[in-house]
Amino acid sequence: MHQRTTVAALTAALTTAALAGCGSSDGGGSDGPVDLTYWAWAPGMEQVVELWNEANPDIQVTVKEQAAGDDLVTRTITAAQAGEAPDLVQAEYQALPTLVSNDVLADISGELDGAEEQFAPGLWQQVTLGTDAVYALPQDSGPMMFYYREDLFAEYGLEVPTTWEEFADTARAVRDADPDTYLTTFSANDAGLFAGLAQQAGARWWTADGETWRVAIDDEATRRVAEFWGGLVAEDAVLNEPMYTPAWNQAINTGEQLAWVSAVWAPGTLSTAAPDTAGSWAMAPLPQWEEGGNATGSWGGSTTAVTNDGQHREAAVEFATWLNTDPEALAALVTEGGIYPAATAAQTGDALAGPPAFFENQPDFYARAAEIAQGTAPASWGPNVNVAYGAFNDAFAAAAESRGDFAEALATVHRATVDDMESHGFQVAE
Amino acid sequence: MTTARVTPQAPQAPPAPRAPRRVALLPTAALLLGALYCLVPVVWVVMAATKAGDELFSTFTLAPGTGLLTNIADLNAYRDGVYWRWMANSALYAGVGAALSCAVSALGGYALAVYRFAGREAIFGVLLTGVLMPPVILAVPQYLLLAEVDLTDHYLSVLLPVLLSPYGIYLARIYAAAAVPSDVVEAARMDGAGEWRIFRAVALPMMLPGLVTIFLFQFVAIWNNFLLPFIMLSDDEKFPMTLGLYTLLNQGSNSPALYTLVITGSLLAIVPLVALFLLIQRFWSLDLLSGAVKS
Repeated sequence: MHQRTTVAALTAALTTAALAGCGSSDGGGSDGPVDLTYWAWAPGMEQVVELWNEANPDIQVTVKEQAAGDDLVTRTITAAQAGEAPDLVQAEYQALPTLVSNDVLADISGELDGAEEQFAPGLWQQVTLGTDAVYALPQDSGPMMFYYREDLFAEYGLEVPTTWEEFADTARAVRDADPDTYLTTFSANDAGLFAGLAQQAGARWWTADGETWRVAIDDEATRRVAEFWGGLVAEDAVLNEPMYTPAWNQAINTGEQLAWVSAVWAPGTLSTAAPDTAGSWAMAPLPQWEEGGNATGSWGGSTTAVTNDGQHREAAVEFATWLNTDPEALAALVTEGGIYPAATAAQTGDALAGPPAFFENQPDFYARAAEIAQGTAPASWGPNVNVAYGAFNDAFAAAAESRGDFAEALATVHRATVDDMESHGFQVAE
Repeated sequence: MTTARVTPQAPQAPPAPRAPRRVALLPTAALLLGALYCLVPVVWVVMAATKAGDELFSTFTLAPGTGLLTNIADLNAYRDGVYWRWMANSALYAGVGAALSCAVSALGGYALAVYRFAGREAIFGVLLTGVLMPPVILAVPQYLLLAEVDLTDHYLSVLLPVLLSPYGIYLARIYAAAAVPSDVVEAARMDGAGEWRIFRAVALPMMLPGLVTIFLFQFVAIWNNFLLPFIMLSDDEKFPMTLGLYTLLNQGSNSPALYTLVITGSLLAIVPLVALFLLIQRFWSLDLLSGAVKS
């Protein structure tokens, strides 16, 4: 079911960018309203789409709620092979190259009108895959931040670290202050977190050059991140257990872990994982590799993409543009779905004027978040992110568990990713 | 003839007073351990379903919480009670699917057991291979085939693939071979009954306990099925419960998984299964040859 088309198809998709846009005239007009289906998982999407349907009787959109994640990517590719894909699909940034190389997504650059300037360049580059084509519109983003227990930091007399070096010192200081407490944990169960940290350090894991992919997972920047965390785990300065487990929830809730490297959506997670700690957390920029820098990575976030199967591409693009750039739509997405909008203007809009309920002690939460989001490093994804992530989970879970060699684990991930691409017929340069 | 139907035999008289048995320690211990192994997760679900959101991860795992009614009310309120729709869909898929598949199995199994015809063993051999083939492997090809006839995302797309259950036919054949003696079939023919009447009035009642087993197996399999509906359906109004609960768990990274709803939903999801087993269990007490010729 994972049948990937080869480089040829990918290149075709990439290079015929400008042509593809012209081919899709839907005419439509005379045969009544256009019906579009939209696979999405963001909660509250139905209510947001309802706004559109009321204002646009000619283009009616039906949301079909799906479960998020890699399974949906596979499911969409299968549906596209059967010619049954929906008109629009919500896709995470890192899934776009996979969908494009399977010929699922349409290039919508021809139908778009001035959407580019609404988004930060780092996000826009992720939906163009660095080409002239546009494969999706950014919906939400997940700039990474540092969350910490403000009350316990004061109690232990800790400063908020601004560089990773200070972060390491803080981690050691916590261990000295209380042997049962850790600053945080290194978790290997979500590769997206590590990918974001690597982006912050300047890594570009996949880049395409003509027909050749360059894979740089085991590059200098990523190795720096891996060795940094590996060192902290080895000396027991940070814990080596995964997050999102009941044990992690409890440690976060009781203060056995003081901090969490996460993204802008963390308040939602914290409010279920650690409900007793409302109002005692604070958010700060991610520690930096260069003193005084303002770099951050992305963890999470998704786009609205238009598929090749759709009969009404223009209408679909019109809807996608409205959904992700119109102030009313974005405000509804924020209030109904709790997303952090990708559109720059909306990040300081009225809907985000107040802090999230869990962070009432930090009234300027979203103003600071918008500043941090400015420094989002570009991310570049390849056609087999799922394979790389799977390899990461295996290799780093083992390395963390045994407090072993993180650099070697990174090399394993790199090899597994390159091997998989070669076995699927991609040309890979290292 | 039809009087041979399901009259559960009176409990057999205990065979002569026995000497007080010694408790077989080792087997009993093994069984207890097995029961514990199976029941602990159920206890976990029951306990976790009673916990309010803030108690879920902070109180002792197997201690009851205080939020069961709130959880059920929340589940009931979630997207206007879509959970009950999923439950009804599951009941439809499992009930109709199991009943139809049971009928197909009964016909197929009976034919394979009673008639001699060319290719009988070949057909049976193919079916046996089907038993070895996990249904998971077939889901994607079935999707592509159904897409050809525009039946995906339709109730039929989940019902059609479960109609033919190789395991059900296999069981039905074995059961029919043992429970429907050829003497009885011959006798019915002598009395002038047509083949259809023999099947319906003579063989079917004898096969009933086996068919109940097949029905239950199929019902549970379809009730718990995930991959087939996952691939076939995209409209969440048609989702069965397994898929619906899965969407609750994966709401994207910026919104927390709805753990309490999922756990409460899982608890409610096993209630119909338990009820069904308790209800149908008594048919199993029939032994293989009840009502047939006594040798």
